[in-house]
Amino acid sequence: MSRSFAIQIRDLAKTFTLHNQGGTELAVLNAVSLDVHPGECVALDGPSGAGKSTLLKCIYGNYRATQGTLIVSDGNTTLDLTTASLRQQMAMRRTTVSYVSQFLRTIPRVSALDIVAEPLMEGAGGDIDRLAAARRTAETLLLRLRIPPRLWSVPPATFSGGEQQRINIARGLICPRPVLLLDEPTASLDAENRLTVTAMINEAREQGAAIVGIFHDQRVRDTVATRVINMAEFR
Amino acid sequence: MSAVTTLDPAINLDTGYNFAYLDERTKRMIRRAILKAVAIPGYQVPFGSREMPLPYGWGTGGIQVTASIIGRHDVLKVIDQGADDTVNAVNIRRFFQRTTGVVTTERTVEATLIQTRHRIPETPLQENQIIVYQVPIPEPLAKLEPREAETKKMHGLSEYGLMHVKLYEDIAKFGYIATTYDYPVMVDDRYLMAPSPIPKFDNPKMNMNPALQLFGAGREKRIYAIPPYTKVESLAFDDHPFEVQRWQQHCALCGAKESFLDEVITDDQGGRMFLCSDTDFCQERRGEVASTAALVERPLSGSV
Amino acid sequence: MSDIDQPILSVKNLTKRFGDRIAVNDASFDLWQGEVLAIVGESGSGKTTLLNCASARMTPDVGQVSFRTRHEGVVDVYKLSEAARRLLSRTDWGYVHQNPADGLRMDVSAGANVGERLMALGERHYGRIRNEAAQWLSRVEMQQDRIDESPQTFSGGMRQRLQIARNLVTRPRLVFMDEPTSGLDVSVQAKLLDLLRTLTHQLDLASIIVTHDLAVARLLAHRMLVMKDGCIVEQGLTDQVLDDPQHPYTQLLVSSVLLP
Repeated sequence: MSRSFAIQIRDLAKTFTLHNQGGTELAVLNAVSLDVHPGECVALDGPSGAGKSTLLKCIYGNYRATQGTLIVSDGNTTLDLTTASLRQQMAMRRTTVSYVSQFLRTIPRVSALDIVAEPLMEGAGGDIDRLAAARRTAETLLLRLRIPPRLWSVPPATFSGGEQQRINIARGLICPRPVLLLDEPTASLDAENRLTVTAMINEAREQGAAIVGIFHDQRVRDTVATRVINMAEFR
Repeated sequence: MSAVTTLDPAINLDTGYNFAYLDERTKRMIRRAILKAVAIPGYQVPFGSREMPLPYGWGTGGIQVTASIIGRHDVLKVIDQGADDTVNAVNIRRFFQRTTGVVTTERTVEATLIQTRHRIPETPLQENQIIVYQVPIPEPLAKLEPREAETKKMHGLSEYGLMHVKLYEDIAKFGYIATTYDYPVMVDDRYLMAPSPIPKFDNPKMNMNPALQLFGAGREKRIYAIPPYTKVESLAFDDHPFEVQRWQQHCALCGAKESFLDEVITDDQGGRMFLCSDTDFCQERRGEVASTAALVERPLSGSV
Repeated sequence: MSDIDQPILSVKNLTKRFGDRIAVNDASFDLWQGEVLAIVGESGSGKTTLLNCASARMTPDVGQVSFRTRHEGVVDVYKLSEAARRLLSRTDWGYVHQNPADGLRMDVSAGANVGERLMALGERHYGRIRNEAAQWLSRVEMQQDRIDESPQTFSGGMRQRLQIARNLVTRPRLVFMDEPTSGLDVSVQAKLLDLLRTLTHQLDLASIIVTHDLAVARLLAHRMLVMKDGCIVEQGLTDQVLDDPQHPYTQLLVSSVLLP
């Protein structure tokens, strides 16, 4: 393929060594090679334990690859995560890759609105105009995801699973990023919200994002995925 | 009451001691400390403080400084809170009379050497005069920073922000700088200095004073100095400038308006009057002093 | 390489011995503007000693600490004169002690505690000092009308917030913190953590936080170092170290945490 990739993975392996379990080695990923291009949505498929989440976390840099190369591109520059400095990895997360995990990590005393707006507030410091603009964008997203305004100022620790998941999605999608990683983004959503989220995922893809996701829901997968990769292919 | 004191016949020159009590080696050691202090205005010079025949807190530092520099021809004045006739002043004067036989006086203008506790005379000092202050706590930062190693470092590096913390606290508590005595000063734009517990009323007198000002702290074993004509500045804030005390009243005896007044309770009916704290100044104004110091011829022991 | 690409603090090969015992062994790390670095490890692992050596409060036996100053480029902290080093530590640096009483003057008012650094820098206008102090009390969520009270009358959480205000009043670019939240109730801790998180973000602070609490590291730090027996055994982005620990000790540390 001649098109420039957003993610290029070659011979990636991830082995967990459990030092406190007698040095047990768990080889979760082996010989993974995958290219993902802008405007593509790749759904990872396979049974539990096949390494779908592990692969997503490797692409985000949350898990450190044991072997191979993993290159992420924002269209202009590329970064090999297996050799990048911590600072480069931090910059990549700020500008290139967005990761929506299954569970929201709440922060005591921080409102739902600010959690969503935070990626837009990056680097704003005390710039009141920028902070206000970030919050307005967050409000639009929350409205679309049917989070009632009375909840916006509340820290989401007490929210229902579905509400927390929508907060998490809003936070993950508030900044358009070249690479979007989605780990079961619709698992706890009702039908109506599921439709909204799938529409938002498709919009992100149409705007050029390269998306890798895990979608257990067949309907969702059929709606958003442009390609399905079975993890068993890498064995 | 005469301003001039001749030797009380009851006081005999004590021939059992060296001139001015201290031995000559000790005096030389203290003079070296004084010279260093003069060379570095406001800097506290450590010295080997001796046991004196009176307790710490009674002026042992000032006495050692005076004893080290007094000569046969000096005319000595000793004051305590401005008065020549209070216990501390009388005893220190008698001590030097017994150990040196020098002439003493109560008149500021006649004295070549003035030892003081807590005042600077109202009459301006002259170039040929030396004033010796008794100092209880030489370290102005002591109350705020108890570690001596740290205060030394702060002096060394001119880190004096802490002193303003004290003044800030005053204003925060009272609305004005309520420190009225031992009011901190900067000497020669370099060293922060405790002026000893003189009222802040006297602080401006230290600035560009023609006389040599020496400070001795016996217990704390420190000597410091302000050479003649040295800049001495009282600390303050731009919006709370340094101010001295003022009184509504005049001195009940001499009518002075510009001197430091003591409030004296006259009865138990609430009666009170204000008097000059500087007794010599008050008497001079009342014209009660005419004579000069009587020179007392006395055979002198000792080796000055 | 532009100025901003250089680390604000660079620690190289730092070693500190106490007698025969090596407290910190050949530690190196860099810190950039706006970055929060957590140093974690058990008691006695050398994390506080490393913090003290990096912040020039304790001279290391071997090693170099470089700081990128505002105007004079990168300086070797231990080659500065003592005067310059002390000036740095009360202007462009801050140090938050675990016990607020160690970092505050307990016998002067809250306002004077906050204003002291300004006075040390030559500010001589009482009104301005007081205004600035009042504003900082607000920023650390303290009532301005407590400005004249002594920290003796404050709770532990308030004292800690006062200590933070006292440090931040000169707008430092680098703040060292030694277990800033331990010893506080959990609810008070959450408030303080949120405050630290907000302030480091708003002020674009570089910060090093020593903590044994992995949750504190997770919440505040971009990166973390794991120390054991004086050595840095692992470092990485905070979530990397916590979610995918590599070193046996880090794995033990992470697996030992109780989750509520």
